[in-house]
Amino acid sequence: MFGLEALDLARIQFAFTVSFHILFPAITIGLASFLAVLEGLWLKTHDNTYRDLYHFWSKIFAVNFGMGVVSGLVMAYEFGTNWSRFSDFAGAVTGPLLTYEVLTAFFLEAGFLGVMLFGWNRVGRGLHFFATSMVAVGTLISTFWILASNSWMQTPQGFEIIDGRIIPVDWFAVIFNPSFPYRLMHMAIAAFVSTAFFVGASAAWHLLRGRDNPAIRRMLSMAMWMALIVAPIQAMVGDAHGLNTLEHQPAKIAAIEGHWENVGDEPTPLILFGIPDMKEERTKYAVEIPYLGSLILTHSLDKQIPALKSFPPEDRPNALIVFWSFRVMVALGMLMIAVGLWSAWLRWRGGLYTNRWFLRLVMCMGPAGLIAMLAGWFTTEIGRQPWVVYGIMRTANAVSRHSVEQLSITLVLFVVVYFLLFGTGFGYMMRLVRKGPKTHEGDTPAHGGPGQKRTPARPLSAADESSTDHRKDSLTEGN
Amino acid sequence: MGIDLPLIWAVIIIFGVMMYVIMDGFDLGIGILFPFMKDKTDRDVMMNTVAPVWDGNETWLVLGGAGLFGAFPLAYSVVLEALYLPLIFMLFGLIFRGVAFEFRFKATDIKRHLWDKAFIGGSLVATFFQGVALGAYIDGIPVVDRAYAGGGLDWLTPFSIFCGLALIVAYALLGCTWLIMKTEGALQKAMHDLARPLALATLVVMAIVSLWTPLAHQAIADRWFSLPNLLWFMPVPALVMVTMYGLFKAVARNANYAPFLLTLVLIFLGYSGLGISLWPNIIPPTVSIWAAASPPQSQGFMLVGTLFIIPLILGYTFWSYYVFRGKVTHEHGYH
Repeated sequence: MFGLEALDLARIQFAFTVSFHILFPAITIGLASFLAVLEGLWLKTHDNTYRDLYHFWSKIFAVNFGMGVVSGLVMAYEFGTNWSRFSDFAGAVTGPLLTYEVLTAFFLEAGFLGVMLFGWNRVGRGLHFFATSMVAVGTLISTFWILASNSWMQTPQGFEIIDGRIIPVDWFAVIFNPSFPYRLMHMAIAAFVSTAFFVGASAAWHLLRGRDNPAIRRMLSMAMWMALIVAPIQAMVGDAHGLNTLEHQPAKIAAIEGHWENVGDEPTPLILFGIPDMKEERTKYAVEIPYLGSLILTHSLDKQIPALKSFPPEDRPNALIVFWSFRVMVALGMLMIAVGLWSAWLRWRGGLYTNRWFLRLVMCMGPAGLIAMLAGWFTTEIGRQPWVVYGIMRTANAVSRHSVEQLSITLVLFVVVYFLLFGTGFGYMMRLVRKGPKTHEGDTPAHGGPGQKRTPARPLSAADESSTDHRKDSLTEGN
Repeated sequence: MGIDLPLIWAVIIIFGVMMYVIMDGFDLGIGILFPFMKDKTDRDVMMNTVAPVWDGNETWLVLGGAGLFGAFPLAYSVVLEALYLPLIFMLFGLIFRGVAFEFRFKATDIKRHLWDKAFIGGSLVATFFQGVALGAYIDGIPVVDRAYAGGGLDWLTPFSIFCGLALIVAYALLGCTWLIMKTEGALQKAMHDLARPLALATLVVMAIVSLWTPLAHQAIADRWFSLPNLLWFMPVPALVMVTMYGLFKAVARNANYAPFLLTLVLIFLGYSGLGISLWPNIIPPTVSIWAAASPPQSQGFMLVGTLFIIPLILGYTFWSYYVFRGKVTHEHGYH
């Protein structure tokens, strides 16, 4: 297809499915914790605004979660279907990590999700809060294991190679490999920030349309606190992550910087913009700031950073892509910090909920976190090429031997199905967002589920049945 | 070291896959039965009987995949490469089925029929290709130098296609008897009426698969008709007949729970017959669980956690079913 080889198609297929997938878990991670916080605050303060927000966001959470589950199922099988040589070679390390993710995270999320979404009046308040918390904890445990696995592939340690296959010798070293703490923090925070901007944009949209109620205001307020506090933390974590990459994957850093060679002892400039050319081995149209590259990456004014030409051509990642994906991420990160600062100013001087320019910006920044996260993943994953296990196994040796025809058919199917279904799902999420939080939604709980007549989960739920109003509520809710 | 880790892991994975077959079996069966019930409220009820639990049910399939990856990476890589297309098609089916759960209740009245069709189509496609993959697995997968040595369409055989169709029938029976247990009134009556022909059809396809398997696969025939395997195998057909008899009786007296429980026994018997045919090979017909095992460092590391966590999972899964116990009615949906 389009002159692409089987390896290219396998990579595109994996990149496409995993890029789509990561959007849903990112929102799931953020929203699950947000919902746990909302429910906890409601139980603590008895302020029903929190409960109204809980009901509103849990519906959006449900749609998003469903899409995360089905797109994630694909990932669990794609390692084997598309990368069978990798799976045989490194399965002894990555397989157990994935198994632990399933056992400690997926089951926990799935097991308590039913009660969280449908059990509002089938279990007591405390137990329901427990279920929400378990789902939130599950999403974070899941982050832990999958990033341990990914980080091990980036900075592998704690293993031997015997008979051409990886044998783990020290699991602690495998899991807590050098890049893991940074990557875990960076990704978990990215999920929180992405969700905060999604929530904030939803609130801004309503406020701009003159829909103003305490729940909407609180949404914006909570989101902007996150932007103010967490976005700068993310920048610091990102900086530390970059230094860690410099130490363990210098070629990635050289590609990100579009830095081809070191001349004498000259400190490394920072190339703000340019077009790295892999064939000509230089970065065209470069706009440079002297010393800044050394300053950012070595925190000194004289040390040099590694240059691409010091790596053989077959070991260089594609600098054109990672140079730009990195800059997209950083630029969006800066913008998010700026939004946080502006929100603090407005909170102090007034106008947080009314300044239309601010609200417009917050609305436009809705997808900023997700785009930055994708750009970051593109940077780290393309930047570690040509290795699938860094320095140990090349991506070209990892791929299954499928024909171009097979891969083309399935790739086209993936693209069509994903855009169709997840596009529709995103549309439903937006429709729910547009409805906005309803006040007093939880005052008259929708009817519970099966067997309520015979086995009320709480004494009160039996009494609820006498009223017919609830029934209408639950029906309209279903539409 | 004394502990046969590959054996333990094979048992865990067999258990996980069986949990999947049973639990997602009735979920998928409900999708397969959707065309028989046209009424929107009936369909709402059918879907609501599994809405709180389908996601957990599907997680057993992820465990099967991940467990295979960790404990038998050779089998994971070879089998998944060999069954690339049927597995990808199965995943597409599961995607359509999975999103339909959420989308159907969010859709407008005009668009709902689209998600009904996605639910039906997704369930049918997922089930069919699960059966095809199973059939192709029984057919055997050639391995040379730790890599799949066959072609991209080797999975496509008359036997594998029949297995796909057979699984549709079996899951439909599971879904039907599940609904008998979880619903009441006209819907339950309709399912009672469907149970008999479905049970008969299940019996027929089980018989055909049981005959076809040894006839088409000499190696499996040799296993079946040699001692002591024959002794293990002999009771299976007899037990199937007894269970089937009990199922018909239970349906005739409009029992609530018995049809589902007996169908579980039936599925278990079919599953055990499959196990006798293949054991101890994990890539039939040549590679055993010991040859495909990951090193003890991996299997041992996984086992420590698994032995603690699986009972916990079973505990809260049971609790979730308990919370949503009883009949689902038109008035009391979750959505």
